[in-house]
Amino acid sequence: MSAKFEKNALGRLVPTEVNGKSQIPYQGVGKYKPTGRKYAPPIASCADYPADGNKIVPSLKDALIKSGLRDGSVISSHHHFRNGDLIAVQIFDIAHELGFKDLVWVPSASFECQSSLTKYLEDGTIHHIEGSMNGSLGRFTSEGKMKGMGILRSHGGRYQAIQDGDVVIDIAVIAAPTADPFGNATGDRGPAACGLLGFALADSQYANKVIVATDNLVPFPCVPWQIHGNYVDYVVVVDQVGIPEKIVSGTTEITKSPDRLLLAEMTAQFCDETGIIHDGFSFQAGAGGTALSIGVYFAEILRERGMKARFARGGSNKYLVKMLEEGLVDYILDGQTFDLEGVRSMRENEGHLNTSPFTSYNYHGKGNFASQVDVVILGATEVDLNFNANVVTHSDGVLLHGIGGWQNCLFSKCTILPIPLFRDRIPVIRDEVTTICGPGELIDVIVTERGIAINPLRTDLIEKLKNSNLPIKTIQQLKDEGEAICGVPEKPKFTDKAVAVIKWVDGTIIDTVWEVE
Amino acid sequence: MDTTISIGNKGKGVRSDCSVTLTLTNKNGIDLQIDSKVKSLFGKQIEQLARQILAFYEIENAILLVEDSGALPFVMAARIEAAVRKLITTEKEFLLPMLEQNLYQTVRERNRFSRLYLPGNTPSLMINAGIHHPDGIILDLEDAVAPDKKYEASFVVRNALRNLDFYGTERMVRINQVPRGLEDLDYIVPQNVNLILVPKCESASQIHQVNERIETIKVKHGIKGNIWLMPIIESALGVIRSYDIATAAPNVVAMAIGLEDYTADLGTKRTNEGNESFFARSQVVNACRAAGIQPIDSVFSDVGDMEGLKNNVLRSKSLGFDGMGCIHPRQIKVIHDNFAPETDEIEKAKKIVNAFFEATERGLGVVSLGTKMIDPPVVKRAQRTIDVAIKTGKLKQNWREEEHVS
Repeated sequence: MSAKFEKNALGRLVPTEVNGKSQIPYQGVGKYKPTGRKYAPPIASCADYPADGNKIVPSLKDALIKSGLRDGSVISSHHHFRNGDLIAVQIFDIAHELGFKDLVWVPSASFECQSSLTKYLEDGTIHHIEGSMNGSLGRFTSEGKMKGMGILRSHGGRYQAIQDGDVVIDIAVIAAPTADPFGNATGDRGPAACGLLGFALADSQYANKVIVATDNLVPFPCVPWQIHGNYVDYVVVVDQVGIPEKIVSGTTEITKSPDRLLLAEMTAQFCDETGIIHDGFSFQAGAGGTALSIGVYFAEILRERGMKARFARGGSNKYLVKMLEEGLVDYILDGQTFDLEGVRSMRENEGHLNTSPFTSYNYHGKGNFASQVDVVILGATEVDLNFNANVVTHSDGVLLHGIGGWQNCLFSKCTILPIPLFRDRIPVIRDEVTTICGPGELIDVIVTERGIAINPLRTDLIEKLKNSNLPIKTIQQLKDEGEAICGVPEKPKFTDKAVAVIKWVDGTIIDTVWEVE
Repeated sequence: MDTTISIGNKGKGVRSDCSVTLTLTNKNGIDLQIDSKVKSLFGKQIEQLARQILAFYEIENAILLVEDSGALPFVMAARIEAAVRKLITTEKEFLLPMLEQNLYQTVRERNRFSRLYLPGNTPSLMINAGIHHPDGIILDLEDAVAPDKKYEASFVVRNALRNLDFYGTERMVRINQVPRGLEDLDYIVPQNVNLILVPKCESASQIHQVNERIETIKVKHGIKGNIWLMPIIESALGVIRSYDIATAAPNVVAMAIGLEDYTADLGTKRTNEGNESFFARSQVVNACRAAGIQPIDSVFSDVGDMEGLKNNVLRSKSLGFDGMGCIHPRQIKVIHDNFAPETDEIEKAKKIVNAFFEATERGLGVVSLGTKMIDPPVVKRAQRTIDVAIKTGKLKQNWREEEHVS
């Protein structure tokens, strides 16, 4: 490869050009300030749209052709149906059938149900992916098989990139559980109800052409209109947009693992002893058994003390809904719904509000919600001695996960990563993480089952826990303890070929994913 | 003799373990095949360990396949050694260096509220057991290990006693029923095991046999420290002979009852209420108290029913038991919380301990509370109540200072 590389502010080698576009290396938290104006899609005229509001075309294929599908088109889709999505693969089946090449896929996240797209990456139908490359798609990327370079962005970073014109979407396909012929659409009802459609907001506003696909067409008006028909070009009615039972994510039950429950308990105790849990506080705990259990412990503490939280940021789920309905939290500010209780609550409860990456996470806006949250609970595959953390690659170097809202959440007042000290034989605390997704200065606390490390920058937290019976250790001690049990792992071997880049929330490149040997 | 053997576990759902298949050959040196999910990170170390063990046993020609699901070194070493020793006759043991933190001894009167059973051939359940802080951890060689896996389990249990940190809990092993269990002792006695559970115990002579074997091994290895015994009564005959068993030897510090086998022996069903075992439980408590040792109750097997467990603990405590077994780490807290002294017990103990300190400060030989004299054993018991209350978070470490200030 002839690409040029440069060291960024974290000392990571990053390409200065990706898929023919020049790039800015990461400069530090809050350092890079863009200039200029936002991207704008072409001006439309009502004269070109049916006055009766009926934008229905017979099929997705017709809609794609009418939208101007061609070689090199940039096409977006969304992960509201998670592993039950039925639309993304169809788009590329059609593109393949029509013989188009070098398409760019911009999903808000990818799932295993889309692993069959590897065949289109192989035959050149798809040139590269900008979004996330999970599971099989990640492995494919890591093996250096993708034609172009992958770009990973956070949910907020995706909004930022579309808003700023870093990525220009030619055709957005928004799969909607309910929609009307005008294109108004909602996710909170219909056979494939998934809650909200926030991830598609940017696409609806900025894509050149917008297609809404639904299996539940209602007469105008579809209310609530989470997606405004005024942005929509074509509406397609399909048999099924998603498989309802797979829409509910697999990680929406509290954990039964005693080790993870211990992590959750320690994390809740930490938040209690530091005074983070107080009347009117706010929190965000993502999906995953441990995070959900922490929410349950928070609820117990609030109930005991007669206190309540002002708001919780979702990923909503039945546990959070229970807190809302019990009066333990005033509002759920929901970014995506993880189970059907969340979907129901969004329809029924006034205090359950749907948000989007624009309101919650976009770094190129006039503030966002994420930085106002008192405490956020996140995961990581690895953390290093400088508290830098990795969520996308495993210690063997293989890309397996997307960033999700993880980077955006780091801006909360306290970021806690409850993680096991080792997984099987793989220690989680490393000298240096394989891939930096978040800079250590934003990561405050690592909770492991064998001890808690507080970032030395957080002298306030260290001071508060001076007399605690929690096992407070340094991150070096934790690393040594993990390696005493597992041994010191070798470093994964990479070639000098960059296969993907990790974007920071401001669009700069924070790290590179390399081809594994 | 066989020339090929497979040892260990593999397949879906297996974690922190490995399977090794060893074939002894006559030529071509060592053919080592490693199929590991952590190969890119630990491949070299796995290879090094495997070759080290084969060299230790002077094996020069063999095919060794290691199918690894992230086994820690002590597990992998146990698997490979077990395979080698199945194929060649040797007394030599391949031992990794003993963890210094595993060299502690436990005291006779130690609290034994909870003891967590861990199947001896399932390393993944052992690795994090200590972080849940039960009073004791039982590496089980008996009922939790399938008959055809007992051989290989002894190596895992032995290595766990040496190389796995149990964070200060009492390190126990349940051996197989005597006489088979006597062979287990060879693996565990030299590894600073703190306490041995003797299952399905029906006579004092079984305890004597265990102690004789322990003595022989201690002499052979020059071992000094105490090894405590906890016989488990699991039959009608055992219940009848419980006092003989409890007093069989000075190192018997506790005696447990095992209700699954006992109720089967009676020809009845075990219920949560436990009426069918009331006599046996009371008899065991009575025998233990008469012998001056700790009576320990059976496990509660529904791990999802915390309310049922709590009721069971309270019933157990009221019968006079000092602790019970558990089969899931989440049971530990419920057991500790409910075996712990209640508020009025703590208050009473505080008064007695205060009276003792005041008497000592004034140089008085006799402790009295109001007009009542208090005997030394009462003070000792009160102090233990205080210790337990502190340990279970029901009383602050510095309670005397705080109460004197106010």
